[in-house]
Amino acid sequence: MRPVLAVLAALAVLCAAPAAAQSTLEAVSKKGHVQCGVNVGLAGFSQPDSQGAWKGIDVDVCRAVAAAVFGDASKVRYTPLTAQQRFTALQSGEVDILSRNTTWTITRDTSLGLNFVGVNYYDGQGFMVHAKRKVKSAKQLNGATVCVQPGTTTELNLADYFRSHNMKFKPVVIEKLEEVLNAYFSGRCDVYTTDVSGLVAVRASRATKPGEHIILPEVISKEPLGPAVRHGDDRWFDIVKWSLFAMIEAEELGLSSKNIEQQLTTTNPSIQRFVGASGDIGKMMGLDNRWAVNIVKQVGNYGESFDANLKPLGFERGINKLWTQGGLMYAPPIR
Amino acid sequence: MKKSWLWQAALIGAAGFAVWYFASNTAQNLEARRIASGFGFLSREAGFEIGETTFFSYSAADTYLRALAVGLANTFRIAALGIVLATLLGAAIGLARLAPNWLLARLAGAYVELLRNVPLLVQLFFWYALISENLPAPAEALNPLPGVFLSNRGLYFPLPGDFPELSGFNFTGGVGLTPEFAALLLGLVTYTAAFIAEIVRAGILSVPRGQVDAAYSMGLARRGAMRYIVLPQALRLVVPPLTSQYLNLTKNSSLAVAIGYPDLVSIANTTMNQTGQAIEGIVVIMAVYLTISLSISLVMNGYNRRVALRGVAR
Repeated sequence: MRPVLAVLAALAVLCAAPAAAQSTLEAVSKKGHVQCGVNVGLAGFSQPDSQGAWKGIDVDVCRAVAAAVFGDASKVRYTPLTAQQRFTALQSGEVDILSRNTTWTITRDTSLGLNFVGVNYYDGQGFMVHAKRKVKSAKQLNGATVCVQPGTTTELNLADYFRSHNMKFKPVVIEKLEEVLNAYFSGRCDVYTTDVSGLVAVRASRATKPGEHIILPEVISKEPLGPAVRHGDDRWFDIVKWSLFAMIEAEELGLSSKNIEQQLTTTNPSIQRFVGASGDIGKMMGLDNRWAVNIVKQVGNYGESFDANLKPLGFERGINKLWTQGGLMYAPPIR
Repeated sequence: MKKSWLWQAALIGAAGFAVWYFASNTAQNLEARRIASGFGFLSREAGFEIGETTFFSYSAADTYLRALAVGLANTFRIAALGIVLATLLGAAIGLARLAPNWLLARLAGAYVELLRNVPLLVQLFFWYALISENLPAPAEALNPLPGVFLSNRGLYFPLPGDFPELSGFNFTGGVGLTPEFAALLLGLVTYTAAFIAEIVRAGILSVPRGQVDAAYSMGLARRGAMRYIVLPQALRLVVPPLTSQYLNLTKNSSLAVAIGYPDLVSIANTTMNQTGQAIEGIVVIMAVYLTISLSISLVMNGYNRRVALRGVAR
């Protein structure tokens, strides 16, 4: 069962040689692919399509890293992880990147032995209810039975919210997404709670009649979702961090998978640095100087990734717009 | 003589070294990766709610230690009730399988083969789906007896002066049995009973035919022969394998995580994930199950000594 993975992870930590000197970049280059921990199936973030190819904005981060390292975005292997498995999988070295709609919190950043590289989706927690319950606001949920997945910030925010509003609830805590959704859809729970992005994705992709479910207006927490890497390997941390930033910066510079080839010979100095025509930013990271070109050409910029994966499910860009358009997406300068 | 003593010492030394090596290596690795360690987290606020509690009261403001205690109490509740019911059902089916009535014996045989050969996890999902998908919503709850309500929120009974009633989303008052608990109990009891039935049957069949014939010739009827001659002798053989089944049932109760019953493993999993301290969490789980299992063995071995043949070397 579930503890098996934890035991394996614990064993891996037990047995790992004390002085494991090999860096993640060396290990990744040697094995020829990036091992990426993703969600077992959350539409828009990471989910295999009908051909079995993984799709989603979390998947695109992994592909961007592979494009930067190997010049080939397809050199990724995926490890689907539940909420409970994800941190041990990263800690024990089973995956090189954890890109699994994971909320960046101080506890996780400081005590779990991992580092968050940035944010690829600004989210918040919400509630979905059966429309026939005639609930209009989360404040009317006193006494409700709530389906939730364990080991998430969701579980903690849920308890906080009801405590601070002097309301009671009964949690039904099930780890597997399929099972927890079954419990909600069958009426065992009045409410299903997770990040609003998850609610939208679930309603669009799993509900037999999406119209029978209402997402309540309250957003009860801030959930900056982003990829994370193991603590203690700064070079790898830099590569993953700047692969994500490159996607955001590309959108701001107006570079996309469609026009990047034409822009290679531009005279705009920012773009020249980005595409590696001037300077040696790639080399400073231990990568090919065309690292960012490969990312944009093969994966696309952040906006393209958003439009391809999330827009079809009915997601609004909202606070995930670029800072220049009033959103929060902001990449430090690539220079 | 002396040489064997040396070997023993060497073996103990090797085992001790292995433990020390793993412990120090783990500590070093955790430190190098800046992963928090130690049991200090037990006194921190847990911050998550638990769906049902046994014996202990609990709120999200309590500590991880209390949360784990609630999980342990929930494990005890399911294990204790499960052992009693599985024994009763198992004994009944075991006897039925030996009954002279052809149909009854075949039905009991079919029960054993069916339940024993389908994985327990699958059976748990079956019971849980059966309960949560087929029962009506609280507003349309079945009301078979006054004050008793059956819905997909579970079964609610009245207590003297405390009747369950529907308020808002759910029933309040009375005592409730949640679908998760019910599904887990049903699954564990019906599954383990199949094994116990076989143990009971084997125990009875192991009593030599001559004993039964002798009982009949003494003028005892079938029932009397069973009660005074066969069962006391069968019990001696039944107790040791029965102990294993009790241990199995207790350990199998950890499958609760799959259907959302908050047992020890479920709470410990959540704790591990919220604190990131997987090694400590696993240590807690192992220590608790070891303690429970050893306690059951101790009690059952004591009982076994009481029913075993006096004066027979063991």
